[in-house]
Amino acid sequence: MSWNIVADVRQLFLFSFMVNALRAGTIVAVAAGALGWFMVLRRQAFAGHTLAIVSFPGAAGAILVGISATVGYFTAAIAAALVIAAVPRSADGRARSGESAIIGTVQAFALACGALFVSLYGGFLNGLTNLLFGSFLGISPSQVVALLAVATAALAVLAVIARPLFFASVDPDVAAARGVPVRLLSGVFLVLLGCAAAEVSQITGALLVFALLVMPAATAQQVTARPMASFWLTIALGLVVVWLALAAAYYSVYPVGFFVTTFGFAAYVLAAAGRAAAARSRRLRLAATPAGSTA
Amino acid sequence: MTGLAGVLSQPFLRYAFIAGAAIAAASGLAGYFVVLRSQVFTGDALSHVAFTGALAALAAGADLLVGLYGACVLVALAMAALGARGRADDTVIGSVFAWILGLGALFLSIYTTSAAGASAVSGVNVLFGTIFGLSAAQAVIDTAVAGCVCLALIVIARPLLFASIDEAVARARRVPVRLLGAVFLGLVGVTAAAATQAVGALLLLGLLAAPAGAAQRITTRPFRGLWLSAAFAVASVWAGLLIAYAAPKVPPSFGILAVATGIYLAALALTGNGRSA
Repeated sequence: MSWNIVADVRQLFLFSFMVNALRAGTIVAVAAGALGWFMVLRRQAFAGHTLAIVSFPGAAGAILVGISATVGYFTAAIAAALVIAAVPRSADGRARSGESAIIGTVQAFALACGALFVSLYGGFLNGLTNLLFGSFLGISPSQVVALLAVATAALAVLAVIARPLFFASVDPDVAAARGVPVRLLSGVFLVLLGCAAAEVSQITGALLVFALLVMPAATAQQVTARPMASFWLTIALGLVVVWLALAAAYYSVYPVGFFVTTFGFAAYVLAAAGRAAAARSRRLRLAATPAGSTA
Repeated sequence: MTGLAGVLSQPFLRYAFIAGAAIAAASGLAGYFVVLRSQVFTGDALSHVAFTGALAALAAGADLLVGLYGACVLVALAMAALGARGRADDTVIGSVFAWILGLGALFLSIYTTSAAGASAVSGVNVLFGTIFGLSAAQAVIDTAVAGCVCLALIVIARPLLFASIDEAVARARRVPVRLLGAVFLGLVGVTAAAATQAVGALLLLGLLAAPAGAAQRITTRPFRGLWLSAAFAVASVWAGLLIAYAAPKVPPSFGILAVATGIYLAALALTGNGRSA
């Protein structure tokens, strides 16, 4: 590291493993930003979290039986998304305490299965921390192609359903009355979310998917309330966070998962603080001119 | 029976069975109230904090237990203090937790790169538990701590139950609702720290939620549910330990969680879907 920015940036592209990592990170950031934006809008953050956690035993199991971890990530996350979509919606009517016990049990059991597969496979402890906390070393060109193919397919489907999905997310009752197939859309969206969660897991690790799936979207929705603006801002923020984190991880010994979460969280805190400050100055201005105050 | 005697003749298994039972009883009792008060989420938070706290202590060269208990109890009390007004939404809480875990990953890598002879094993142990690795001293500490938690929970069980089920009436009857809530969360923090050593930070949520969820499915009578929850937890730990002992490649945490999940599924199947807890 020489503090000569041009040389430093050029050095990032010297090694093919780093180029692969940057490509993969870019693909994942775009897919995660687009689907994460809808996820935050629909308040399904915990569904995303569960999908990512389930992808961990998927990857560990795939390694155990000798197929590629990428296949395991996608299979497990998409299967879990289908299961969640198939379970009849009971969020409103039933006692919530029982339901959260189920979610907690399922998550813990999925993680325990992952631990079992890793233990059966025998001694790859570094592999275990990589599965959980992410690694950008050793992303192969074929993995980049797989990420790109899945991301393109998911984004294409999202582009087709974006308008009715937005409608159904903002006001499900009115959308249903207008003949929008709310239930079907929600199922399709969960499958897309499963794809995104599986993609993010491969960069940040299964435990830290929130960094790319939730934080950019939450930050953008703090900054602006206009849907289109915050959507594009989400993707831009995701890209910046991933690129900065990969560069930081390249020049340090610390794991990429730490940098992704830290940069994402810092952006969120800055946005929230900025919004709070703006709201306070507006209140002060209103207080200074009592005639104009309506509140 | 000779098989069981054989199991108990091994000191590390004896420690695991005794400390495991105490920790499980504490988790079962605390978990019952956690589920009843819809605070499963608190358990999730504490599992993240437990991991980061333990590894921060290791990275700083301190004893793992100091970081574990310190972080869990501090965060539990902080959550009690935020309590009523801290009804933040999913995205905020999730972002904070993800960042805490990211910090944990940082401490893990500081620890593994700086300390001589340290390896990723300790990180994995914190995540997934090392109940077979408990030393005699640790087993005594854990049993004592978990036993105290059980006693304290039993002492405050009746007013806590009242405050959990009907806060307004309890308050009107001069039950110190806020104090009880804070004491309870502190106890949950201690339980989480103890359970981290048994089943690991990532899985302690299962030990808190599964037996309690099963007990609430089976009975609606509070005290019966409380004892049942503790019994389920102890049974899960013992059965899980036996499974892990019989099949050495199976990690004990998986055995424990598998039995706990099985009990929960059995409870769901027995009571059918129509009845809610």
